[in-house]
Amino acid sequence: MAEHIIELQNVTKYYDDNLVIDDVSFYVNKGEFITFLGPSGCGKTTTLRMIAGFDLPTSGKILLNGKDISLLPPNKRPVNTVFQRYALFPHFNVFENIAYGLKCKKVVNTYENEQGERYQKKEKLSKKEIAEKVGRALSIVDLEGFEKRSISTLSGGQQQRVAIARAIVNEPEILLLDEPLGALDLKMRKEMQIELKEMHRRLGITFIYVTHDQEEALTMSDTIVVMADGVVQQIGTPAKIYNEPSNTFVADFIGESNIMNGTVVGDKKVKFCGKTFDCLDEFGLNEPVDVVVRPEDIQMCAPEDGKLTGEVISVVFKGIHYEITAQVGKFELVINSTASRNVGEKIGMNIAPDGIHLMKPKYTTNVFDGVITKHNTVRFADGEFACDVTQLYPGSHIDDEEYLITAAGEKIDLTDTEVKVEVGLHDIEISDDAEAGGTTGHIISIIYKGDHYRLIVRTDESEEDFVFATDDLWNENDFVSVMIPKDKIKLSLKHVEEKKR
Amino acid sequence: MKLPRFSRKTLCIPYVVFLIFFVIVPMLVILFYAFTDSEMRISFTNFIQFFSDPTKLSTIVYSLVIALVTTVVSLAIAYPVAYILARSTLKKKYVILMLFVLPMWINFVLRVNAIRELFNLLSTLGGMDWLANANYFKTVFGMVYDFLPFMILPLYTTMLKIDPSLYEASADLGASGFATFWRVTVPLSMPGVMSGVTMVFLPSMTNYVVSDMLGNAKVTIVGKFIYDYFGNDWHMGSMVALVLLVVVFLSTWLTGGFQAEETARGANL
Repeated sequence: MAEHIIELQNVTKYYDDNLVIDDVSFYVNKGEFITFLGPSGCGKTTTLRMIAGFDLPTSGKILLNGKDISLLPPNKRPVNTVFQRYALFPHFNVFENIAYGLKCKKVVNTYENEQGERYQKKEKLSKKEIAEKVGRALSIVDLEGFEKRSISTLSGGQQQRVAIARAIVNEPEILLLDEPLGALDLKMRKEMQIELKEMHRRLGITFIYVTHDQEEALTMSDTIVVMADGVVQQIGTPAKIYNEPSNTFVADFIGESNIMNGTVVGDKKVKFCGKTFDCLDEFGLNEPVDVVVRPEDIQMCAPEDGKLTGEVISVVFKGIHYEITAQVGKFELVINSTASRNVGEKIGMNIAPDGIHLMKPKYTTNVFDGVITKHNTVRFADGEFACDVTQLYPGSHIDDEEYLITAAGEKIDLTDTEVKVEVGLHDIEISDDAEAGGTTGHIISIIYKGDHYRLIVRTDESEEDFVFATDDLWNENDFVSVMIPKDKIKLSLKHVEEKKR
Repeated sequence: MKLPRFSRKTLCIPYVVFLIFFVIVPMLVILFYAFTDSEMRISFTNFIQFFSDPTKLSTIVYSLVIALVTTVVSLAIAYPVAYILARSTLKKKYVILMLFVLPMWINFVLRVNAIRELFNLLSTLGGMDWLANANYFKTVFGMVYDFLPFMILPLYTTMLKIDPSLYEASADLGASGFATFWRVTVPLSMPGVMSGVTMVFLPSMTNYVVSDMLGNAKVTIVGKFIYDYFGNDWHMGSMVALVLLVVVFLSTWLTGGFQAEETARGANL
């Protein structure tokens, strides 16, 4: 079994009151190339910064070779970082930049005095040793002869190499790389990817790499940690993450996917797009599932031979394949194929059982903690919504003074009653008129599900999420207000439930 | 008829006129007066007199010492303030900065007067008798008080521009907080130090209002000297002004104030 060089145990991080890392636990094997992958703001850089020591976890532990280093300052950790913007010292030349860490270092040397007694001395590295090490680091990054150059005369790619040399010259146990290729152009980036991978092989140390570029992650990593919203979504090899995404977020983020709602209709049988398919995943009968099909897993054939039939509505040439979009009933499916088709052509489509991935839907309903107000409305998720409070007590009604009269004739003042609020996935509508709904927020996620979009709207203050389906196309980060019809808000009393437990 | 072409160069004319009449001509006049005697004949008597008169030379030296002490004390106070403010994550740090700069907006003479009254109060009622004759101390105190904002502002803006990831990189490479300060903060804040020093050192050599009001007219600095000479002997006054010019030129040159790149990186008010 491989040795765990870094282990995070239930690490949580708040910036002021914002939760950025939510109870993250994982380990990194020694010598591994591991990538934190996720959209911006998912917490991947924060995780890296906590390993480097620039940020301290609010709770939880970070272990290095089994020792707790959670609170150790960065200069005491045997890790080095390649920064996003390189962070080279502008007042030093290339040699001085790379030698910076070596000049700070002290090594223990053993000497023997005239009496033959051995004694130890903590000493700085000699000039000669430093020059040798810098020279070796420069040759690793292919920058021999650049020692005297000033940082400002270097190109982006050369600065990048100096930044890498400055980190690896200290022979760290772990090299942390924070989106190091983000500022380079595409061709340069591809070359550096290969070089970094090669460097990793030669140096044999652990690389922890942060990127939002899924292709980069797939190309370079031994292991990928997919993160979103401060939570680890999936950990696995690139192939495993691509072929067996554990949820719709991963499926959507890594590569192209067709994501649809389906229902399990039998043993390893799932129904979606109006047809029943064989699959490999087992789920309970009649369970609603998310179905993920990669575009390259849909095979085109003659219309009469296909389980699904549809009409080609667009064809885009992508270099090595065509991206064909087909209309199947009210669904749109994306197919990748080396064969081209014409727009308007009728085609048949088949999907092999191993091309169909079923996932438990993350969201089946929206649940909030709410409070009944004076006017028999309910307050939750930074807003106030009209609702029918009589559903809390069967057979009750509201009298003229806005009191609730139960079936038994009891008079109840519901003000400040804590309730559980439940809203279905299809009962929410949004509007760009901020005044139209009960609360407002920003769209934080959009996933296309073949015939509709699944949106998540997050309120700004308490960060409550509304998950729902809509036919309309919105943009991520749109500011919208959330509308819920009065009869679609399901309320239940909270304290009653607690008693049941 | 052909209209004269209006080009961008035309816009320079007022500035060139200003330069000629208010910079170049006065300089030539000073040069002329410095090397002539009362009968307007070319002579080096002023030059010889100046450098053979110990009182004149000691005034220059005193001025230099006062300016030097003022600059060093200002720097010692301003550097930590600017460093702490620039690196703090306080949302309202500009308020604190403002409090340091605010005195600049109150009339200069009023401020110096206020300090004089404060010293008088301390020496008569506060029992601090030694203050009454501590003329040099009071002069330096007043100058530091007056010129401190000119030191803080350039330092603050320069330090604000230092990329915080450089501090992180330094710590990451194993440097302690102290080593980071000496090897990253100090060298990168040098442009700010230079412009701060220039902005404090030069006025404190010539600003005789402070020395007059706080030094009981016992402290004579070069500025006062020049002022007095221009009352009766323009020739000697011009010579002193010329010597001061050379001193200022040399000190600016020594601190690297003429390097275009440095001033661009440094902060200007």
